[in-house]
Amino acid sequence: EGAPVSLVRARWLQSVVISVTPSRALVDETFRVAVQNLPPGSPVTLHSLHRSEDEDLWEAFGHYVSDSRGTVSVADDFSFGGTYTGKEAMGLLWSMSPVPGSREGLRLRKKNVCIPQLVNISVYGGHVEEGFGERLPLASTLTERWHLGPGVRRIEISERGVRGTLFIPPGPGPFPGMLDMWGGGGGLLEYRSALLASHGYASLALEYFTAGELKSADKEFSYFETAFNIVREHPQVIPDRVGLFGLSLGSLMASYLAAESSVIEPRCCVCVSGGHLYPRGANLQQLFRAYSSHSHKLRVDEHNREIWRSINLPIPEDLSQKLDVGKINCPMLLVNGIDDQNWPTVECAEDMAHMMRAAGKEHLLTRIEYPDAGHLIEPPYSPHSRATKFIKDVILLWGGQTKPHADAQEDSWRNILAFLQKHLYCTQNPKAKM
Amino acid sequence: MDRKRCCVKLSVHPSRGLMDEKFTVLVQNVLPGFQLTVYAFYKCEGGYSWEAFAHYTASATGAVNVSEDPSRGGTYSGVEPMGLMWSLRPVPGSKSGLRMRKMNVQTPMEVTISVYQGHLTEGFVDQVPLAAVVVERWYMAPGVRRIPITEGGLTATLFLPSGPGPFPGLLDLWGGGGKLVEYRAALLASHGIAAMALDYLTPQITKETGKMVDYEYFEAAYRVLEQHPQILGSRIAMLGLSFGTSVTLRMAVYSQVIKLRCAVCISGSHVQPIDGSVAQIMTSFNDNADKTRFNEEQHVIWRDLLMPIPTDASLKVDVGRLRCPLLLVVGEDDQNWPSYESAMDMKEMMQRAGNEHLLTVLSYPNAGHLIEPPFTPSARASAFKTISNTPQTVMVLWGGEPVAHSVAQEDSWRKTLVFLRVNLYGGSQPGAAASSHL
Repeated sequence: EGAPVSLVRARWLQSVVISVTPSRALVDETFRVAVQNLPPGSPVTLHSLHRSEDEDLWEAFGHYVSDSRGTVSVADDFSFGGTYTGKEAMGLLWSMSPVPGSREGLRLRKKNVCIPQLVNISVYGGHVEEGFGERLPLASTLTERWHLGPGVRRIEISERGVRGTLFIPPGPGPFPGMLDMWGGGGGLLEYRSALLASHGYASLALEYFTAGELKSADKEFSYFETAFNIVREHPQVIPDRVGLFGLSLGSLMASYLAAESSVIEPRCCVCVSGGHLYPRGANLQQLFRAYSSHSHKLRVDEHNREIWRSINLPIPEDLSQKLDVGKINCPMLLVNGIDDQNWPTVECAEDMAHMMRAAGKEHLLTRIEYPDAGHLIEPPYSPHSRATKFIKDVILLWGGQTKPHADAQEDSWRNILAFLQKHLYCTQNPKAKM
Repeated sequence: MDRKRCCVKLSVHPSRGLMDEKFTVLVQNVLPGFQLTVYAFYKCEGGYSWEAFAHYTASATGAVNVSEDPSRGGTYSGVEPMGLMWSLRPVPGSKSGLRMRKMNVQTPMEVTISVYQGHLTEGFVDQVPLAAVVVERWYMAPGVRRIPITEGGLTATLFLPSGPGPFPGLLDLWGGGGKLVEYRAALLASHGIAAMALDYLTPQITKETGKMVDYEYFEAAYRVLEQHPQILGSRIAMLGLSFGTSVTLRMAVYSQVIKLRCAVCISGSHVQPIDGSVAQIMTSFNDNADKTRFNEEQHVIWRDLLMPIPTDASLKVDVGRLRCPLLLVVGEDDQNWPSYESAMDMKEMMQRAGNEHLLTVLSYPNAGHLIEPPFTPSARASAFKTISNTPQTVMVLWGGEPVAHSVAQEDSWRKTLVFLRVNLYGGSQPGAAASSHL
């Protein structure tokens, strides 16, 4: 007593140690955040900070109390408040949101996968709610989150009219392959393919229209078939083990190719937040135009965010408005969020199951649906955004609540990798043989 | 396409780790009882190829876990989680006398780990492995900052840990080979200590003037740490290996400027003429050059140059006057310095002086001279370029048996980090002090 507060602070500053293990990891790997040398029973705030490639700041925080040995372990202890609560080893990542004062409608997406995402993890004294930038932490450390594993090769593809980036795992191969398609926002997004290659799949991230230019997209289905063949014909790819992976519009593309293509035979399909609504006979341009146009059924919420899910409800009975999913001959994994506000994916999945059952193909279908998860089900630990800017200034409501959506991302990714392992890597099960 | 090849799953976790972190190598999806070879390959900065390998037999579940299963032969045997790293050796046909040292710490060491069918001992390059992955091994943790120091005539590099600080500081000294060797300091910074790697035998100033540095140089380096806004001036340590120990002990006891919180001395001795310059320590060793011995392979044994340990007080640092904790790390098979004998003599001196409570000795049977951070290969002998007006390269015998030496490296590094943490981060229990103010 009587000593100035700064001296007390100095003693704290000298000793407090924060660690993140592993300090460098793939984005879908967990880490352990631990703080040591705190006074026992002291309230502290664990804080994460990330500056995105677009120069926006994202943060998350949790309120903890150190134990009798003066330690806090995020993986083992409870957060009593902040952007996440409870025992959440990865809460400092998935509960991130743009800092107060940020631009509206932001979505965190990695463009350059050759360098990692840098996240600062700090510990502050007391239970802090705001103003982290103005305070000095007791300790902080930097952690790297990578989409690209060591040794994965990145090859820019611009051949036969197809544009994309192919990622090949390290090693002699040959490897199973993947054609990876994103949704209606367009452009070339490499991060999921980089991650798939880090798990042993030669994956082609496909660009099928320029970012924001869905209305004028003019590709034919043959574009996708050629892209698939580019993967299939690569010397390090096993030709009869190439799958399709799609999200949103990309998922519809995957389902279309699986059902309708006479040129390619995907070994399996992963369809995230997709559907089967497609006017038969329409070409791609017509389909894209139909998707990008608004109808009288478009709703907006109280914040003027567009809700597209009801545009295509109820699911039409008319078969000519839907893909003939009965023609699909490969295993399909459908992953959807029950709170998807952008597309009636669960209703579509239900109808797809009905149609496939009628065709005797139901055994090919696996459906996973997550309560309170939204449309953008991405690889785990990335932040959830309930609504973001889509094209120009339109803000779309994707749906989902942060914690359930994060759980859905983690659980679905595990299921997706297991599904791919089963169908693309021959798993010899010795127990089955005995 | 070979179907069998596509099944084998090889993973190393973490795929990007620090040099002193262990990894787990897992092979899966092979048939039970399958014989395989796990192989590590590394091309060092000098362009030389290094390899290690081990023979395993898959379990009943068709897997091999290098951390848990025994190697039945290769460059290591038994259960050795990090054997693929510390048993790396130059590939057959390589130049002799190589020593693996990473000089550029800003890039990782990239090791390719593969799995081959069968129990192979050679010809790896001519076979296609079943699978291969790349592992990155880093000396610098994310956020560690590398700052070249040239002020005050110093040739040094400061590594600041990640975060705002302030941090305890450390002066890191290597031995008689000279040069600016950064990797241990980089690793210490990755563990929260602001460490400065100091070139004190071949610094710019010596190259220009031809004169060896003395007290002022080390005191200048100490002052850079002491005055740095992100370093705690009252918590500075010194760590020296080999000749670096001679300097560390001298400064710890005799410098009026350097006030160490603690010191770590690896494979060194307190034997030196204490009056006179640092340069004269070197000369005094050279005066005993006739005590040099050679083994059957004509490798140079220098341990006798300082033997027997003198009784004359003017010929050894008076460690009885030490006021800070001292950790001595010695290999009992050190063929380069009499480090074990010196440690025993230091212990006796400190017992007589009444400050023995400051001393901790870690002594490792069958370990050699170059006790370095773990999980890199050690050499029983290697080419050594002497520092003198007419430098010559000789094959020096360091000693040590590979398995025992790697055990010594792993154990001593862990204990060194604990020692530094306790003395640099601990001390007055912050918990007790802070709570009394609350």
